[in-house]
Amino acid sequence: MPQNILVVGELENGAPSTVTLELLGGAAALAAGGSVSVSLLGSGATAAAAQAAGASKAFVSDDANYDTFRGEQWLPAVQAAVEQSGATLVLMAQSTAGRELGPRLAHRLNTAVAMDCVKVEDAGGALQFTRPAYGGNAQATYTIATNPAIATVRPKSFDEATGAGASETAELPAAGASRVNVVGKEVTESEGLALTDAPIVVAGGRGLGAPEGFETLRELAAALGKDKAAVGASRAAVDLGWFPPSEQIGLTGKVVTPDLYIAIAISGASQHMAGASGSKTIVGVNRDKDANIFDFSKYGVVGDWKQVIPALIEELKK
Amino acid sequence: MHIVVCAKQIPDPETPPSAFKIDAATNKVVPAQGIAPVLSQFDAIAAEAALRIKEAGGEGKVTVISMGAESAQAAIKQVLAMGADEGVLLNDPAFEDGDSHTTAKVLASAIQKLGDVDAVFCGRQAADWDMGQVGLLIAEILDWPVATIAKGASLEGETLSVERVLADGFETVQVPFPAVVTVSNEFGEPRYPKLPQIMAAAKKTVTQMKAGDLGLDPSEVGKAGSRLQLQKLFIPEKGAQVEFIAGDTPQEQAAALVSKLRADKLI
Repeated sequence: MPQNILVVGELENGAPSTVTLELLGGAAALAAGGSVSVSLLGSGATAAAAQAAGASKAFVSDDANYDTFRGEQWLPAVQAAVEQSGATLVLMAQSTAGRELGPRLAHRLNTAVAMDCVKVEDAGGALQFTRPAYGGNAQATYTIATNPAIATVRPKSFDEATGAGASETAELPAAGASRVNVVGKEVTESEGLALTDAPIVVAGGRGLGAPEGFETLRELAAALGKDKAAVGASRAAVDLGWFPPSEQIGLTGKVVTPDLYIAIAISGASQHMAGASGSKTIVGVNRDKDANIFDFSKYGVVGDWKQVIPALIEELKK
Repeated sequence: MHIVVCAKQIPDPETPPSAFKIDAATNKVVPAQGIAPVLSQFDAIAAEAALRIKEAGGEGKVTVISMGAESAQAAIKQVLAMGADEGVLLNDPAFEDGDSHTTAKVLASAIQKLGDVDAVFCGRQAADWDMGQVGLLIAEILDWPVATIAKGASLEGETLSVERVLADGFETVQVPFPAVVTVSNEFGEPRYPKLPQIMAAAKKTVTQMKAGDLGLDPSEVGKAGSRLQLQKLFIPEKGAQVEFIAGDTPQEQAAALVSKLRADKLI
């Protein structure tokens, strides 16, 4: 069934973000003869419209007040884009912005949102939204009875759109007032390669026993190649203060889909696997041969990481 | 300062996958034998955040509200034992099987009925469905500002200062009252009540409210009022068949693993 789709885009360094391009890719497949539009807010939005592959029309505002996400400012603009595009389906990322916009937009449009979807499909005329639940132990498929349907989509769920960007733009209003006032920001500098870009991710969990374990993991990442491997952590390790929250992999952290994921002293709880199970090859290193991580692993090493990882580093250096 | 904490009782998220079962006929999780339901951890952390604000101010009241069955009394009592002053249980068969929107409508109606509420603290999401909608929807219904995914919250004069977790770091926001805050695990561990507090909480009376008490029609709540409709709940299949790397020593295991990964052109 044809759908008019609005992708709520996000800008990154003046261009549509990777996940915005993924949503446009998903939209192209779901539109089935309907239209695909994108909304872009913030400095450089008009110029970025030309890079929004797969969108025929872009709703834009270059107002720099949109650069820092504030829900109260973004909502009227996104709502205007939904109404002007005649969207029957609104797609946004399961990002800081999408997590807040999805429910609030749904309320304002008297409809509903399916959060953190990994699959959106047209099942014989009705859109179906599939998302993990119960920490990933289960998956749930929903329909939305009201119009438009809204979904936030987990990164890496769709392939990026290719081709020409939007040829037509329409102006959205400048940002209004916000009762929520942003007074400070602190960016956590990650060491080396960004977690979500790295072809190899080395991740550590509570089983490392102490924060020093991450130093060994950094040595392993260096031995695998500084331009290839990044280090991440499970929520348990982050909650213990062993690693920065910005490098957390899992349901409440980042989603990574590297070619190779090496999970070290991580039990493999569903909460964690929600951020890693899309990896092409998973290697588990754990003392417990019954650990859940081995249910997801292609290769398993049963042993003490304190012995296995230094041996692995030595072997890689040979 | 009167702060409401919204608390949900959920199946224990630490339930081992082998004990996790779904009844396909009803699309519901079958309660695991011998594993009691728990207070959602994010809500316990929200309670901790609310209690710290009350304690720092030296006065005020914390009320814990839960929508759920009679068993949700246990979740309310846990927050009372942590130090909350009053508890409210919203228990009505009409509330069952709703979506985030109907849940938020019930909670917001109860908050409006209390009347003098300055702030609502919720977990960032419930650790069963992980939707993360209810706090935001309460804010929309009440038309209050909202700060999500908090790792810190404190009173600063007439406003609330909230530290929020972002993908690449943190930001600090100031929010006027009344406001809604959703709290994340980065806030830190909730306190564990001691026995005398647990016993005192057990004696406290929990106020009960039903749809009629809140001026809600059964047709606008629960399954009848839901917009997001669950079609199927299922356990996904796991793809990988693990190959354990052989070796008598860590060195032999390491060598075997490296040769496999090189053969797969992964390193």
